[in-house]
Amino acid sequence: MSTHIHTADTVENAIATPEKHQPYDALGLKPDEYAKIREILGRRPTSGELAMYSVMWSEHCSYKSSKIYLRQFGQKVSDEMTRNLMVGMGENAGVIDVGEGWAVTFKIESHNHPSYVEPFQGAATGVGGIVRDIISMGARPVAVMDALRFGAIDHPDTARVVPGVVSGISFYGNCLGLPNLGGETYFDPVYQANPLVNALAVGVLRHEDLHLANARGVGNKVVLFGARTGGDGIGGASILASDTFEEGGPTKRPAVQVGDPFAEKVLIECCLELFQQDLVEGIQDLGAAGISCATSELASNGDGGMYIQLEKVLLRDPTLTAEEILMSESQERMMAVVRPEKLDAFLAVVGKWEVETSVLGEVTDSGRLIIDHHGERIVDVDPRTVAIDGPVYERPVVYPAWLDALQADTASALPRPTEGAELKEQALKLIGSANLGDKSWITNQYDHYVLGNTALSFPDDAGMIRVDDSTGLGVAIATDANGRYCQLDPYAGAQLALAEAYRNVASTGATPAAVSDCLNFGSPENPEVMWQFSKAVEGLSDACLELGVPVTGGNVSFYNQTGDVPIHPTPVVAVLGTIDDVARRLPSGWQDAGENLYLLGTTALELDGSAWAGVIHDHLGGLPPKVDLQGEKALAGLLSAAAHEGLATSAHDLADGGLSQALAEAVLRFGVGARVWLGEIEERDGVDTATTLFSESTGRVLVSVAREDDVKFLGLAEGRGVPVLRIGVTDDSAELEIQDVFTVGIDELRTAHRAPLSTHFGAVVGQ
Amino acid sequence: MRIGVVTFPGSLDDRDAQRAARIAGAEAVPLWHGDHDLQGVDAVVLPGGFSYGDYLRAGAIAARAAIMTEIVEAAGKGLPVLGICNGFQMLVEAHLLPGGLIRNAHQQFIRRDQVLRVENNSTAWTHGFEAGQEIVIPMKNADGNFIADDETLKRIEGEGLVAFRYAGGVNPNGSLDDIAGLTNARGNVVGLMPHPEHAVEAGFGPDTDAAMKSGVDGLVMFRSVIERTLQTA
Repeated sequence: MSTHIHTADTVENAIATPEKHQPYDALGLKPDEYAKIREILGRRPTSGELAMYSVMWSEHCSYKSSKIYLRQFGQKVSDEMTRNLMVGMGENAGVIDVGEGWAVTFKIESHNHPSYVEPFQGAATGVGGIVRDIISMGARPVAVMDALRFGAIDHPDTARVVPGVVSGISFYGNCLGLPNLGGETYFDPVYQANPLVNALAVGVLRHEDLHLANARGVGNKVVLFGARTGGDGIGGASILASDTFEEGGPTKRPAVQVGDPFAEKVLIECCLELFQQDLVEGIQDLGAAGISCATSELASNGDGGMYIQLEKVLLRDPTLTAEEILMSESQERMMAVVRPEKLDAFLAVVGKWEVETSVLGEVTDSGRLIIDHHGERIVDVDPRTVAIDGPVYERPVVYPAWLDALQADTASALPRPTEGAELKEQALKLIGSANLGDKSWITNQYDHYVLGNTALSFPDDAGMIRVDDSTGLGVAIATDANGRYCQLDPYAGAQLALAEAYRNVASTGATPAAVSDCLNFGSPENPEVMWQFSKAVEGLSDACLELGVPVTGGNVSFYNQTGDVPIHPTPVVAVLGTIDDVARRLPSGWQDAGENLYLLGTTALELDGSAWAGVIHDHLGGLPPKVDLQGEKALAGLLSAAAHEGLATSAHDLADGGLSQALAEAVLRFGVGARVWLGEIEERDGVDTATTLFSESTGRVLVSVAREDDVKFLGLAEGRGVPVLRIGVTDDSAELEIQDVFTVGIDELRTAHRAPLSTHFGAVVGQ
Repeated sequence: MRIGVVTFPGSLDDRDAQRAARIAGAEAVPLWHGDHDLQGVDAVVLPGGFSYGDYLRAGAIAARAAIMTEIVEAAGKGLPVLGICNGFQMLVEAHLLPGGLIRNAHQQFIRRDQVLRVENNSTAWTHGFEAGQEIVIPMKNADGNFIADDETLKRIEGEGLVAFRYAGGVNPNGSLDDIAGLTNARGNVVGLMPHPEHAVEAGFGPDTDAAMKSGVDGLVMFRSVIERTLQTA
């Protein structure tokens, strides 16, 4: 092992050598940003300070291009939205009061670029990072979900990325003992060299256990605990997440972190015991930008000063330089602020869990973050200039030159079949397409049983977990985004993502309460992408206000493109809802024959951007379906009431693939058949059969109702002004019969549904 | 009736096993891997999870934990011990049960509702089942593939040590003779890869023909040991 001692660049040295060339550009800083750092400090930064600023001012950490837009989420708020909000945006994760003294925290975050470079570790550490955000709030993590987007299912590289990402999520989440409730998986060539891996975690806490990331109390100790610091993930934030991949460029593998879920599991239990014994004043996880981020954020949010002795950091690799220690993104580490008189008790708990710990320094009121390394001063900065007052850009915004032509190219002009045989062929083609096919190959690798509280998981519309064993109080979570809609109209597309996630949660019987979002876009330096981003945020924030659900946190992922081609704008929206008793939940399909089927909502000719247009005609153009948020609100109210009063036996949201897909999925859910008639829909709404089957009009849900509850259910729907039509009955036939159109056996449906993933990735055990 | 559930670093289903014990009517007693103390419990569950991150071999490090000294000794005197998933791996590593468990034949983690056939219904943990009864228990593991050399396998089969076999036409991991769980000759130590503690509460168990998530076949195992203990008390 090398015994080479790196000579640190000290503050004294920086003052003495003002003209020394510094590689700020290789660290991702622009010339004007470097000049700004020199202006703030009144001298050149030391190499350690430069490392800190470069990571903290990266797009990933500073939100410098998105900040001016994200403010809307904080501005467009009503009393309804803040009533149950305990912690809003800006902390590690938002916190919602769910009643009975319980609170829930949740957040969705991207780990896109690492998952392309090294799919297994990239996805695994994505789960690990979001879970640590949840622990930082004082909560016990209780579930995870993932929103995944990959390239074309038949592209050779997809066969590398998908198994890697799925096994990474499976490995890390399963080893942590967190039920994976599902999420979504899409395939589209726009994500070919830039898959999206968005990981969501949910945590539960009692109100009194809430913790925040701040360093208050002069003289309190700053403690680093968890895994040792190593050379993995150095520069991950600045280089990986904030720059576009260039074809043929050098491989960036060393910048991806390596995860150890066992270390994280022990860290979770250790932190929960620390919280329980009230041994920490403030806590922050170490994620992007590692120690640089944790120290500067804790200090900025507290009394403003901190003194750290960097040589006290326990290292995996003793040859790491001070700069590398500051930038390392080694996983499974936490930083806590501990009162001196509680330090022994703190050390006893971490000792019990055999978690390595070192006291790095203490909180001061100097207003400076000072870091010494072996007695030499290598950092002396105002922490706010690092963590909070980073650069803010008002990037140029340009209406895309191509958009008018794209919107004019409507799918309504595409030929629509009228014959039963052709309609059946198209329905089966949709069910057997990559995006609408069965995802069991993925979800069978996830444990949804652990913790024993999972009331719903894939393939139901939303995941649902019990929060309180004694009362049955629970929460439901769904994530959605439709990049195709957003490409056509990012304002409406973002609203449609919210509307669908909201409807999915409502379809389980839960009441939507809060939103977290992960905004995946191309390069902010592309004015057309910036226009898409601005419209999506505007649309989402307007819709949140109208639906009365607050955005509690999330993240922005830019630079999702390869070469010159940005991904479709993909604002993934996660909605969390509450339910008084999970025993009243509704699955997405019926379990018994002899029930009536109702369609809530109305159908219009809305095939632009649809799965039908994409799968059958390889077409993307026109305008996405109309958004009707008041209709969604009424629908959600009805579903919640119907579930509460036990008037429905299942509810399934209509989305990609329309009524045809919803019927197929509901039949396949428990293998119980149905006979359906479309005539009354066609007559009432003035639409043809193909439109009735494949249109993606919003605000629609398929509901099964036991015969004895018919009158009450209809009364409820009519009372709430939700359009309702009886469209069929469930039966023992082992078929889905669409009267006068086509009949298809459940076995045939199942075979078609399972085909895409098993063909490309392998058989599912037992199928 | 007190059932102890041992928590190791990396145990995941320990609180679930405690809940199962309570639902079955016992008092659940948390036990700590580092203690040489069984707190006078009437039975012990080694729960599922990834103790010590499955480093070295699944269950290998936990099998050498402090509390295992007491468990091995008490098992020798007839204390009922149930190893679930990672707990089964520990029992094998501690030589309380024969054979070994390796990576699933398909190399993946798998979670599914699995049909099992009860092969030996005379153990402390299975006497509530009918012989040959088919039950549905969730399974979720990456290293559930049971192996043994020919001689050991012959002995296992010859002495009736197979407690559960995979059934329903699916061997989910390549296990020899479809073996899902074993018992020792005395019938007090039982280990299995599937998770009976996740089939104890309607609404949170495996799907059945009657209703979604309504399967509670696992409850029989916890009730069996309670009944046996009360009979012998």
